[in-house]
Amino acid sequence: MTILRLFIAFLEVGAFAFGGGYAALPLIERVIVHRYEWLTMTEMTDVVAISQVTLGPIAINAATFVGMRVAGLPGAVIASFATVIPQAVLLFIIGRFFFREKRTATIDHAFNALRPGVAGLIGAATVSIFIASIFISKSPLIVDPVALIAFVVVFILRAKRINILPLVFLGAGIGVLGHLVEYLAGT
Amino acid sequence: MSLWKFFLKIFAISMMTFGGGYTIVPLIREEFVHKEKLIDDEDMLNLVALSQTAPGPIAVSTALLTGYKLKGRRGAIIGIIAATLPPLIIISILYFFYTWFASNVWVRAALRGMSGAICAVMLIAVYDLAKAALKKHKIFSAIIMVAALLLALFTSINLALIIFALALIGVIAFHFVPEEKMP
Repeated sequence: MTILRLFIAFLEVGAFAFGGGYAALPLIERVIVHRYEWLTMTEMTDVVAISQVTLGPIAINAATFVGMRVAGLPGAVIASFATVIPQAVLLFIIGRFFFREKRTATIDHAFNALRPGVAGLIGAATVSIFIASIFISKSPLIVDPVALIAFVVVFILRAKRINILPLVFLGAGIGVLGHLVEYLAGT
Repeated sequence: MSLWKFFLKIFAISMMTFGGGYTIVPLIREEFVHKEKLIDDEDMLNLVALSQTAPGPIAVSTALLTGYKLKGRRGAIIGIIAATLPPLIIISILYFFYTWFASNVWVRAALRGMSGAICAVMLIAVYDLAKAALKKHKIFSAIIMVAALLLALFTSINLALIIFALALIGVIAFHFVPEEKMP
């Protein structure tokens, strides 16, 4: 029965987390921390911390983590897929209209505004990531030299259309090297 | 492209989506816009816009819709499975030593550099996508783009709400001004 409760709980998290990323956090807090008490607030903070150092959306990371804790690997699988089922169902319906049926002028008109809008939203996300990664503190303004070097080097290489994967590894390498230099310099 | 190859590509892409939902955008572009040339930047913006209309992680929705666009319903299912498996596998393993991992100084150091790198990759993708978005109706598109950027940066309005408002603005604006006359 635990598995069923896991399934329903993460179905709810997935169904109501509109807006992506951190939109899932208040839901996880309400459903997982307060209602089912599968995590304490401190553990939830830990899950967010792991999310920041690993790949993947916070909602799925939390589902896997809670699933592992409550019912082992089967729990992790059930909880993770439960999280993405609501969007899958909805996008199946939306996709059918968008890709299959004859597109109406109204939909085209909406997308005339959505395309530049989405470019703006991705731009905003990029600015947020830039501020969060390049500046250690905002007042006073302190720049993280290691992140800045990684940014500049990767920017130049990516502008020459070098593949993303090696560039991400290069970034990690610059990070480790930078930390080593700081460590040896004693700062 | 076979379904299996599509699965592997999305799986590999999902393995690299550090730092938030939109980081999947430059990765999908690299594979499907530049290498395979199966979609263009206009499609890409459409897919991201559509993915915002559903709840749940943006990266998963974008993978699903890319699959739907390329391979129909089966592609959509493969897309969602391939996008969900990598975080599921990684967190299942990390579960056993997550406190060590999350507080490890070398992991943190690598992440500092990686976040700078991802930022640069995102910035170049944004530049290309903005250019694609400004191809038609330059003035109208530019106003919408700047407005969306400012709203997302300086207010805490839910992104899904912004998307809904944008769609409405598009429908209303083009109801009164015909396509060929919109500046």
